[in-house]
Amino acid sequence: MLQEESDLSLIIAQIVQKLKGSNLYAQLERQAWGSWEKRILKSLNSMCTELSIPLARKRPVGEQKELLNKWNEMGTDEPDLSLFRPVYAPKDFLEVLINLRNPNYENGDSLSFRTHLGLIQVPLKVKDIPELKEFFVELGLTTGQLGIDDSTQVPPELFENEHVRIGQKVLAEQDGAAAQQYIRQGSPTALRADLWALILNISSQPEDILYYEQLKTNVIQHDLLVDSLIYKDVKLTASNDDYYFVFEDYLYQVLLCFSRDTSVLGHFAYNSASPPKSYIRGKLGLEEYAVFYPPNGVIPFHGFSMYVAPLCFLYHEPSKLYQIFREMYVRFFFRLHSISSHPSGIVSLCLLFETLLQTYLPQLFYHLREIGAQPLRISFKWMVRAFSGYLATDQLLLLWDRILGYNSLEILAVLAAAVFAFRAVNLMEVTSLAAAEAVLADLSTLKVMPLLQIFLFATVT
Amino acid sequence: MSRVSVPCHVKGTVALQVGDVRTSQGRPGVLVIDVTFPSVAPFELQEIVFKNYYTAFLSIRVRQHSSTHTPAKWVTCLRDYCLMPDPHSEEGAQEYVSLFKHQMLCDMARVLELRLILRQPSPLWVSFTVEELQIYQQGPKSPSMTFPKWLSHPVPCEQPAPLIEGLPDPSRVSSEVQQMWALTEMIRASHTSTRIGRFDVDGCYDLNLLSYT
Repeated sequence: MLQEESDLSLIIAQIVQKLKGSNLYAQLERQAWGSWEKRILKSLNSMCTELSIPLARKRPVGEQKELLNKWNEMGTDEPDLSLFRPVYAPKDFLEVLINLRNPNYENGDSLSFRTHLGLIQVPLKVKDIPELKEFFVELGLTTGQLGIDDSTQVPPELFENEHVRIGQKVLAEQDGAAAQQYIRQGSPTALRADLWALILNISSQPEDILYYEQLKTNVIQHDLLVDSLIYKDVKLTASNDDYYFVFEDYLYQVLLCFSRDTSVLGHFAYNSASPPKSYIRGKLGLEEYAVFYPPNGVIPFHGFSMYVAPLCFLYHEPSKLYQIFREMYVRFFFRLHSISSHPSGIVSLCLLFETLLQTYLPQLFYHLREIGAQPLRISFKWMVRAFSGYLATDQLLLLWDRILGYNSLEILAVLAAAVFAFRAVNLMEVTSLAAAEAVLADLSTLKVMPLLQIFLFATVT
Repeated sequence: MSRVSVPCHVKGTVALQVGDVRTSQGRPGVLVIDVTFPSVAPFELQEIVFKNYYTAFLSIRVRQHSSTHTPAKWVTCLRDYCLMPDPHSEEGAQEYVSLFKHQMLCDMARVLELRLILRQPSPLWVSFTVEELQIYQQGPKSPSMTFPKWLSHPVPCEQPAPLIEGLPDPSRVSSEVQQMWALTEMIRASHTSTRIGRFDVDGCYDLNLLSYT
């Protein structure tokens, strides 16, 4: 009986550990993340003081009415955003990750069997191809895939029709676990919105719509400095994108409300970051007047709006779009811009990418390193944005299907390595970082599933 | 199951190395930590708790008090317990670990002294040890209660008092009151846990700059 008890407590501890994700007590995390967070806060504070704009202000009634009137067309607004700059960009974050060091790790001058030739110098455990093959077994050559077996040359009776039929059955039964298993082979376009909602456990109850309306009221009442950052980000990224510029208004409606949503603070329980804090003016140091800024604790960076943009293809009702995005963020996307040792955290993804490349394309890796084009410098921006804005939207949605199906972001690193493998011949001929970037600049013609399948299952190693 | 901490004295780690030569390349891969209990009589060990710091494998030897007059011998009670599944990578390197008495190979009834043997075969780590070591013995059992006589021997049902004219039937009233109570319990239990979502303090969100602490 006692054996079972402590076995059980061991299993529970392991599960809690996995759920918690990040090893919160790792030295390297605390120090590195602490100084990075401070840099972000300083940047925001200095923007505040330089531009003489308060972090938050209550809107006068006239302005509130005006905003309410043009709520559905905020994109037509052209505020002067020239003085605002994004708080940080992915390449700044990459520099922080490159400088992560474990003080207990022997990184001697002499090359050893574990010298990291890539940029990441942290010895986290990452999967190798045999383990990835086992993990992503449903992507194998003998299993039907949407993205491969639904192309025009393949008669739909072979796979597609049956797959759609199964999908409809899963939705009829409202079986979330079955949906997650089903979507590993991809989701038919017509069923995708409902399948994602089922897996993410989103159902539009009246209270959810009410909650969204409440957030909208908060946006109308208070104007935040981060709002300008969001505006700037949307104008710089999504509005310039051929696929997503039509959704500009939706993006404001989602992101402005997202900043006010205090329920997002809940994800900091398993995120090693902590939300920025401030005090009501004149009450510095008094805990009753301590608040988080922004209310959801997340400071947007350059490219943040690209997490929302692809979802606009699936959901047209603002409150449902909002809920889906929020759930995707607190389950997956936050791991892409915070430091942790979780297998789906960005550090592990970077290390997985570099290890895959080094192990299975050693000539290419060595060549790129010699010409000063470390591969991670090119692929980092793809992974941080989960390839949003780089792939064609139908391919991106097929990729995000698998993220949901496997509940892991590791597929992003595998795809990044697969892209390098695909363009290896051209990359072997380049002689500079700029040329390598040019070879990999345009991913919009790539088909995601064949690349993944070939890299994992059909490459002779 | 309650547990009581046993005050222990943890001696400094001793590195085991082959030969006398201490080159900078060769770091010891085996450390020994002795744990004594100077002020405590031989006790029954319940649990060992510690925080790992890059130790890959742990063995524990115990010296127990013997009732006969033979000198106490060292016995291995835990052999090569794996703390880090991959000694070259970070997994498990800084975790909190609990070891229970039933995981031990031998009986832990009258512990005099413990010896922890730490192994880290990977040359990648500068140092390794275990921290915050705590030993627990079984706490006192909760005192057994004797039930009062009337609980264990309930009095047989009494005859209900005769019904007074004009008043409703007490058994019906009590069942209705019970139903109402159940309803209020249900409502109380199902109150939603969604937050109100206020981020301001009394309608005011006029902030200072962000704090760095």
